[in-house]
Amino acid sequence: MRSLFRFLLRNYFVMMFLVLEAISFSLIVSLNNYQRVAFVNSSNDIVGTLYERFSHFDDYFSLSRTNARLAAENASLHKQLEFRIRNQEKYPINRPDTVDAPAYYFASAKVISNSVNKQFNYISLNKGSRQGIRPDMGVISADGVVGVITNVSPNYSTGLSLLNKRLSIPAKINKNNYFGALVWDGEHANTADLKEIPFHIIVNIGDTVVTSGYSSIFPEGIMIGTIKNFDVESGTNFYNIKVELSTNFRTLKYVEVVKNTKQDELKRLESNNVGE
Amino acid sequence: MIKDLGKYVIMFFVLVLVQVLILNNIQFSGLVNPYIYILFILLLPFTIPGYFLLGISFILGITIDIFGNTPGIHAGATVLLGFLRPGIAQLVSSRELIEKGTTPNMTQLGFASFIKYTVISVLIHHLFLFFAEAFSFADFFETLLRWILSSVFSIIIILGSQFIVFKN
Repeated sequence: MRSLFRFLLRNYFVMMFLVLEAISFSLIVSLNNYQRVAFVNSSNDIVGTLYERFSHFDDYFSLSRTNARLAAENASLHKQLEFRIRNQEKYPINRPDTVDAPAYYFASAKVISNSVNKQFNYISLNKGSRQGIRPDMGVISADGVVGVITNVSPNYSTGLSLLNKRLSIPAKINKNNYFGALVWDGEHANTADLKEIPFHIIVNIGDTVVTSGYSSIFPEGIMIGTIKNFDVESGTNFYNIKVELSTNFRTLKYVEVVKNTKQDELKRLESNNVGE
Repeated sequence: MIKDLGKYVIMFFVLVLVQVLILNNIQFSGLVNPYIYILFILLLPFTIPGYFLLGISFILGITIDIFGNTPGIHAGATVLLGFLRPGIAQLVSSRELIEKGTTPNMTQLGFASFIKYTVISVLIHHLFLFFAEAFSFADFFETLLRWILSSVFSIIIILGSQFIVFKN
């Protein structure tokens, strides 16, 4: 026993190195879990506060661009409203149905940290559990899908950006409703791959790709991007489709968090199916 | 010694802030991510005890990890660098300099030795970092390219910063 201690003491440098590397590796491996180790992520308050301070400062440089984008979104919402109102005049009996209450609510939030240059990119927002943000909520911007929340603290939240190879979003081609999975290609901050589209479908460059609504995270029809190019690998039945993302992740500032009020109900129902 | 301690504490915070607020936001085709915070490990005096060297390496790495949402990757790479640093020091420097407890900066080590010291350290650290991040050899050549390009940029920034600090 004593010689063991003496051995450990004499070689403490190597031992300590091995222990620290073991800790690091266990952290790296736990990164594969969807919910990462709770304390080693930027949703904690100290890091969140620092990032928020810095982003306040950073904001002034993009004020005009942000204004222009908000104005454009406003205009598009006005157009939709106008359309609804006209419909209501035409069909006055069409009253709001209280049974079919809207499933999705949107809460605005600000991006306080965001990366596009890693293989697994994350995004941090300035709202957390106190503002009703929960894990598994979707994040969208005026231009399209942004990501999914994974960790929340009282005042901040972090999540997987769409530019993260671990995130797969159910998507469909808008014109014919054929659905597949959208995964980032890990190469460019503005393209992703749309997989599982069988190759007897006719696709064209420029076709719109939107969320399919088959997950409870995003509502149906949220813009993802347009088809940039496609080809068929020999020996497979599926297209390789490159999608040009509509969201500009390099200048992302304001986003909306999507709350699905019926998510729990749907999850319960679906877990029943798995049990059988 | 107390003066030096204060200097190192300030350097720790400055390097972490520069890394997470500025360099982590560099977006240059996704291939270039310079990491210069390891300058802190490089500049620690040669006589520093081993447990302190490894401990501070781990703390520095995990700090960068917390900001970048990359649990364990930077910690592992920086601890490896801390572990290999005595060996690298012997490789580029003389026994007298090491035993005297010099701070391995550009003026003490000399220009050529400091470049060698930086290049070897950055290459080792970045090699671990990028392959741990990719966590597979699937995109072997792309990861290799990211390793080389990022290392070149890190080395340039580290040497440049040393020129500015020690130009007198």
